[in-house]
Amino acid sequence: MENAKAFIARRTARELHDGDVVNLGIGLPTLVPAYLPEGTHVILQSENGIIGLGPKPAPELADPLHVTDAGGQASAVAPDGCYIDSCTSFGLIRGGHVDCTILGALEVDAEGNLSNWIIPGKRVPGMGGAMDLVVGAKKVIVAMEHTARGAAKILKQCRLPFTAVRCVDLIITEMGVMQVTPQGLQLVEYNPEFTIEQIRKATEAELLISDDLREMV
Amino acid sequence: MPKFISMEDAARMIPAGATIMVGGFMGCGSPHGLLTELARIGTGGLTLICNDGACPNGPDGSEFYGVAKLIHNRQVKKLIATHVGLNPEVAAQMNEGTLLVELIPQGSLAEMIRAGGYGLGGVLTPTGYGTIVQDAPHVHSVIEIDGVNYLLEKPIRADFALLGGHTIDRAGNIWYKGTTRNFNLPMATAADIVIAEAEHIVEIGAIEPENMMTPGILVDYVVGGME
Repeated sequence: MENAKAFIARRTARELHDGDVVNLGIGLPTLVPAYLPEGTHVILQSENGIIGLGPKPAPELADPLHVTDAGGQASAVAPDGCYIDSCTSFGLIRGGHVDCTILGALEVDAEGNLSNWIIPGKRVPGMGGAMDLVVGAKKVIVAMEHTARGAAKILKQCRLPFTAVRCVDLIITEMGVMQVTPQGLQLVEYNPEFTIEQIRKATEAELLISDDLREMV
Repeated sequence: MPKFISMEDAARMIPAGATIMVGGFMGCGSPHGLLTELARIGTGGLTLICNDGACPNGPDGSEFYGVAKLIHNRQVKKLIATHVGLNPEVAAQMNEGTLLVELIPQGSLAEMIRAGGYGLGGVLTPTGYGTIVQDAPHVHSVIEIDGVNYLLEKPIRADFALLGGHTIDRAGNIWYKGTTRNFNLPMATAADIVIAEAEHIVEIGAIEPENMMTPGILVDYVVGGME
């Protein structure tokens, strides 16, 4: 099997449609665009002020004093993109003009609650734009490894402070794809390298099995 | 018309204990000359409103980039920001109990500043509902409208706004390059005294009226750009 992160990114790319406006969290989500099928182009939004984030510029073309992404790294705008201020950026986010946000989680639970911004007493980086993104984007996908060093991250109820309540639509891991439904988490695809029993063991939340369960490709 | 003054005169206007809002996102779009001067003078007890705590090792070769200088010098007693994870000194000073940090979601902070400058009594946003943000002092109350829960966030203003412009004309109109406009735009409206730093100062007419991003009437003082 390919590296778990690449596998997750490849499957996540299938959730995106041509023309979607997409905001990517740091880490694994940034791998997703590389797996978009030919002919599918998405418009990346960077909340610090870019609609249409371009490919990372070569060092001699970079202008890190004036053009960066939300991680503060030298960046570029696509030829058809534009720059915006912070009010416009978050107006677009809260206003439902961003089709999809893909981000990681410390914990996610059966109700679609998400915790990914603080570990009280240990790590207090701040929420940045995450709380607005998961409340405002039309579709919220958590793309992450199923467990953290063997400990479950998909829980009955998040234990860490929430980023937002009932905000997650879909969870994609190396083990499967889970949809948040009013009845709870529903496994809609599974990776055949794992048994359903193994997936259930790695998940604290109860997993409902879809009648239409498919293999994850 | 704004007054064109030296970096030192501008920095000395800011008294100890002042509340300052500083434009920029991880230092990109911050008024670097003014911050360097404020750090050199060492004015203390500041309340700093900024998207973040910036970071060490700036792309301009600085040891402490943007507002990180003020934090490193311990000139800040309270920081109101959205993200402080890339400046390890913020967590260190927080844990020592020497720096108070108030975290606000990024979209809410931008809009609270805009409300402060646009004469609005607050911001109704769904962001933060059901989280610990709901109990923060900047939240007035929770309001349900047509079945949706919102936080009523209070407007925010400062004594001084320090902006990082690219090209500024003699009337104080500002044009920003790349992603530098970020928080500079709302902050230009939300402080008693607005000081804008220019990379380039140009004559009136050099920036087309259609391309002004901050109207010059908001700007009290301009620094930099003289070289």
